[in-house]
Amino acid sequence: MAKSRMDLHYEIPADDFARAGEASSSVKKILVQLGIDPVRIKKAAISMYEAEINAVIHGGGGNAEVTIDADKIVIRIIDSGPGIEDLELAMQEGYTTATDEIREMGFGAGMGLPNMKRYADELDIQTEKGKGTVVTIVVYFHQQG
Amino acid sequence: MGEYFHSVTLDEAKCKGCTNCIKRCPTEAIRVRHGKARIINERCIDCGECIRICPYHAKKAITDDLSVINGYKYRIALPAPSLYSQFKPVYGRNRILNAFFRIGFDDVYEVARAAEYVSDATRKLLSEEGIRKPLISSACPAIVRLIQVRFPNLIDNLVRLESPMEVAAKMAKKKAVEKKGIDPSDIGVFFITPCAAKATSVKAPYENKTSSVDGVISIKSIYLKLLANLEKADESKQLAKAGFEGLRWANSGGEGLAVGTDNFLAVDGIHNVISIFEAVENDKLEGIDFIEALACTGGCLGGPLTVENVYVAKSRLKQHVEEAKAVQKGRRRKLEPYDESIVWTGEIVYKPVLKLDTDIEKAMKKLEALEKIYSGLPGLDCGACGAPSCRALAEDIVRGIAYETDCIFKLREKVRDLAAQMKELEEKTPPTMS
Repeated sequence: MAKSRMDLHYEIPADDFARAGEASSSVKKILVQLGIDPVRIKKAAISMYEAEINAVIHGGGGNAEVTIDADKIVIRIIDSGPGIEDLELAMQEGYTTATDEIREMGFGAGMGLPNMKRYADELDIQTEKGKGTVVTIVVYFHQQG
Repeated sequence: MGEYFHSVTLDEAKCKGCTNCIKRCPTEAIRVRHGKARIINERCIDCGECIRICPYHAKKAITDDLSVINGYKYRIALPAPSLYSQFKPVYGRNRILNAFFRIGFDDVYEVARAAEYVSDATRKLLSEEGIRKPLISSACPAIVRLIQVRFPNLIDNLVRLESPMEVAAKMAKKKAVEKKGIDPSDIGVFFITPCAAKATSVKAPYENKTSSVDGVISIKSIYLKLLANLEKADESKQLAKAGFEGLRWANSGGEGLAVGTDNFLAVDGIHNVISIFEAVENDKLEGIDFIEALACTGGCLGGPLTVENVYVAKSRLKQHVEEAKAVQKGRRRKLEPYDESIVWTGEIVYKPVLKLDTDIEKAMKKLEALEKIYSGLPGLDCGACGAPSCRALAEDIVRGIAYETDCIFKLREKVRDLAAQMKELEEKTPPTMS
């Protein structure tokens, strides 16, 4: 049987903190309407939110490509920003390159990537200095193995 | 009572079918159909926003008439802490409580007293290790129901304690049996309520548990009767026993103060509560141990079944609190021992009312159709179709309870197309006539 899938596309505007999180909150609503287990929705919503915020703060905005099928959600956040200089360092809790100004707004606490890792079932980050970053997050709707 | 009893209902005759309530409802639980507002039962959380907003007073709360007490030999009133500040400050708490004897009651037990026990138990919970934080107060029934339908991930954060109303009901009954030797079956306890949500929580408790409260009488309905008896009420009986911390529960922030953690957050007004819960669900609220969330703006003092303006009531409550504080010399009241458990044993389950279909494949098809329909709607959220927003209409269409032509813009488009077709046809003349 051919499985249905949904493709969603969102634009992530640069430096617009008032709108930051809109894409992940739309995706969350969709998952609720699909009747996905609330715990799984939380995993997807938080990891997507973190990636989305990163694209706003560091990536100069970008796009979110989301694919949903009966088993999982695949979230790709694509930006053409400066890239992540030291990925290993960035994965550490509390490590941040955010400016004071951004931190004063309550963002940039250095928890973005660690939180993504914590909530995503699969996380892949492709980054190239000066070119941009692609974050791929997979969250399964049913317990894996 | 059926699964979906609600205190909030519609007075058909008064409803004009306007869009005020559908727009205000936090769970999108109202639609206008055939010129009347219809409440979608499984979505309603009894917050009372529609009662407050309806300009025609067509939304009402089903509560009991005062005559309900006639069914019992020994009647105990359980006034909510929000009652006192409905009256002018010249009337002290004790006078207000004594007035209940003049309107047919045999005793009163302040719910504020029970609130002190609940505060005490919450303090203990907060100090327990491994407790899931932030703890969220379960005192406001509309909030518990909101969590049930919209924030399932927060169910485990709810304080698992009986509400002050339930605790007061049990304490009052116990006291009447033990101290006065009254037969339990003769005792009726009646909550004097500021809101509809409390009435629902008595008539249809969350998960089929039975309430210890025998009737719920609204402050609004009893106000004039009490007022008429305030002058004559004697104050000889010392009935005002609750401490200031219990009284403060009437106000937003009162429970948080009583619980005594520095890291509490008090939020009132259902739409504000939703924003805070979103933040908690997204792990965006740090350093908070306890959340006091109340559906009404201003807390219970702003309840839809109160009579006094919430801000006037707040100022009056302060006086009652100060008086009680002076009596207690600013110290927390020492509570008489109460050996019954106030742990709440009911199971709170998630009600996925927003789910489009139980089969995910079907749900995805419906969602796809929904997005397509939604993109074709004007996006004005005018409400003329009877749904609160264009998105809600699109959702109703895929659920099979509305049509695209319910949208007046869509309807006009169809009419215009039809007119164009008619004109086109009209211009065509049969070959025999040309």
